[in-house]
Amino acid sequence: MTPTENTSGKPEPTDPHDARATAGTGAHPATVESTLPVVGLLDETGARVQDSRFSPWIEDLGRQEIEEIYRSMLRARRLDEMATSLQRQGQMVLWPPLRGQEAAQVASARALGTEDYVFPSYREHAVILERGIPAEEMMTQFRGHTASSWKPSETRTQIYSLVLGAQVPHAVGYAMGITQDQKLAAEEGQNPPPEAAVLVYYGDGASTEGEVHESMVFAASYDAPVVFFVQNNQWAISVPFSTQSRVPLATRAAGYGFEGVRVDGNDPLAVLAVTRWALAEARQGRGPVMIEAETFRLGAHTTADDPTKYRRTDEEQLWAPRDPLLRTRNLLEREYGAEDVWFQGVEDETSEWIKATRAGILAGGPVDLEQRFDVVYATDHPLVAEERGWYREYQDSFVEEDNDDAADASGPRGLGREEQA
Amino acid sequence: MSDTKESTLRTTMAKALTLGMRRAMSEDRSVLLMGEDIGSLGGVYRVTEGLKADFGAHRVRDTPLGEAGIVGTAIGMAMRGYRPVCEIQFDGFTFPAFNQITTQLAKMHARTNGDVAVPVTIRIPNGGVIGSVEHHSESPEALFAHTAGLRIVTPSTPQDAYWMIQQSIACPDPVIFLEPKRRYWLKGEVNLLQPNTPDPFSAQVVREGEQLTLVAWGPLVPVAMAAAEAASQDGRSVEVVDLRSLSPVDFDTLEASVNHTGRMVIAHEAPVFGGLGGEIASRITDRCFYSLEAPVQRVGGYHLPYPPAGVEEEYVPDLDRILDAIDRAFAY
Repeated sequence: MTPTENTSGKPEPTDPHDARATAGTGAHPATVESTLPVVGLLDETGARVQDSRFSPWIEDLGRQEIEEIYRSMLRARRLDEMATSLQRQGQMVLWPPLRGQEAAQVASARALGTEDYVFPSYREHAVILERGIPAEEMMTQFRGHTASSWKPSETRTQIYSLVLGAQVPHAVGYAMGITQDQKLAAEEGQNPPPEAAVLVYYGDGASTEGEVHESMVFAASYDAPVVFFVQNNQWAISVPFSTQSRVPLATRAAGYGFEGVRVDGNDPLAVLAVTRWALAEARQGRGPVMIEAETFRLGAHTTADDPTKYRRTDEEQLWAPRDPLLRTRNLLEREYGAEDVWFQGVEDETSEWIKATRAGILAGGPVDLEQRFDVVYATDHPLVAEERGWYREYQDSFVEEDNDDAADASGPRGLGREEQA
Repeated sequence: MSDTKESTLRTTMAKALTLGMRRAMSEDRSVLLMGEDIGSLGGVYRVTEGLKADFGAHRVRDTPLGEAGIVGTAIGMAMRGYRPVCEIQFDGFTFPAFNQITTQLAKMHARTNGDVAVPVTIRIPNGGVIGSVEHHSESPEALFAHTAGLRIVTPSTPQDAYWMIQQSIACPDPVIFLEPKRRYWLKGEVNLLQPNTPDPFSAQVVREGEQLTLVAWGPLVPVAMAAAEAASQDGRSVEVVDLRSLSPVDFDTLEASVNHTGRMVIAHEAPVFGGLGGEIASRITDRCFYSLEAPVQRVGGYHLPYPPAGVEEEYVPDLDRILDAIDRAFAY
């Protein structure tokens, strides 16, 4: 890698502040070189690459579908930019940017069938949009307005999971439930239920969590129809991938006794092909499968993060030509003669969508705290009922005070009441 | 069952639990068991003995050895519509699953704004005085009681064991089901037709008295009953309440009892500091301040890791230490 000019205006991190300099290098003598190739169906210029195993999985893909992928990726990117600026304006409590990971997310989500189920981590905004969840709804959690933003029961998509890796065993259990459905149906002589698989997202950092390891063991023990989709974006906040693993994560699958595939996570065609294949394997009882999508987080970990403190801008520049939007644009131009006017049209319609979405996001307000008492338990609970009474009584005391104020306009006002007003 | 001869059964707490789970599994095919060694072996305490043979390996699942995996996959199965019953082998081995229990299982209903219920029951052989090695004798109930979203129950008799395990499995909320392991072989009558209370999340007065309310649960209920009997020989009339539900706590029953007796002693095996007894003492003091003749007294484990088996009987409250606490309450 040739260091390129630092354009950030800030000094480059130097040893020992460069996290990579102090991290494991993967060069330990016991490290076995991975023989797993990285599946790619597009090169960096957007030219097709043939792969005898995976190309057939996207044979049906025409111009329209590729345009839809491009449109989805652009929407995700513009939404991400808007959300980042909304956070800077104090309208969001936090935002984890996805910039750079659009292909890994859009293409993997588009591989899902109607019976499949998704367990996201917390950065899968493009996946959520692909699941048909409105952007305004998706934002409510990051606005600090709701605990989570959509109903799993209506979307076949679990809520975001911020305890790293904690959702992975849930996905395995859900997949075990799919096979349990089949066993119970067979036991009772009923028709087999429709085939289904689970797609679970996590990252290179979360891959170190013990629960992810246990998930792999359980998934293998029970032949669970689950696809582990790890987006390796190279950085777990400030810790580089080399600290998490000496080997590509997909090579770990072999240790659990199932197949792992490395895919160029910035190549939407390859991600779509590999995920379609993996979900089919899982649905047909040949799972689990692990996919490692090698990508790069072009932005910060979250809006609270500052990547200039731990990584070089030349690394970001190295990944710039692999930008999934750029490559897909190149593909559309090269293969279908798509013209600037078409791209401008997509940009314009996305801008309109962003404008309307922004208004929708800002229109909402937070849930009443009192409603939170309703959801702690699924059934009546005397402790919650009692403490809800305390809350109500305290809040109501300000209403009485307010009534007193009406009689005596110069009287003191309760702080809580002012906050409510 | 109409034949009254078959309406009661004398059996051990362990067997009552087995029977209760067998019935729950027969009545609801979404119920399944998960845990280490629970299949062919029947669990290290044999509580699931025979169930794999009757219901199959897909409903009595010997899991790989990973507590977080057991609870984490159980949550996923519950999301799919199942009612998993997890067995954690010993109380001290709950902690590898603690993240899944407290950040996931407990909070899932609230985190999904009420959209996803996770009716998972986690059975944990609980408490000490079994003469074992470290991590096999702990009483972690306060850690779970502090976590909103969980329910915690613990039976002290075969009758409650038989019914409360079924009621826990049927509950739409996650339930931590603490089994007093030193009482697994305690025998008693089980009424197969009717539970003691339709609501398992309630306390029961198991001995009536006039001068002091003694609260205990799980393994200490028999000790509390013996202490009340011993106190009566000293002319003290002690009412014993089996708390049964540790979250929620049935404060109404406790309040009514203390308003009647004027004194309260709480006994538990867990360390006193930060223990459930402190919360009960505080709330009962609030509710019964003008009825109390003395501060609420607590007796429990010391602020130590559970000690070696050779000295555990000095650590866990026994009859004499409970009587000592009763003396303290009467000293005011």
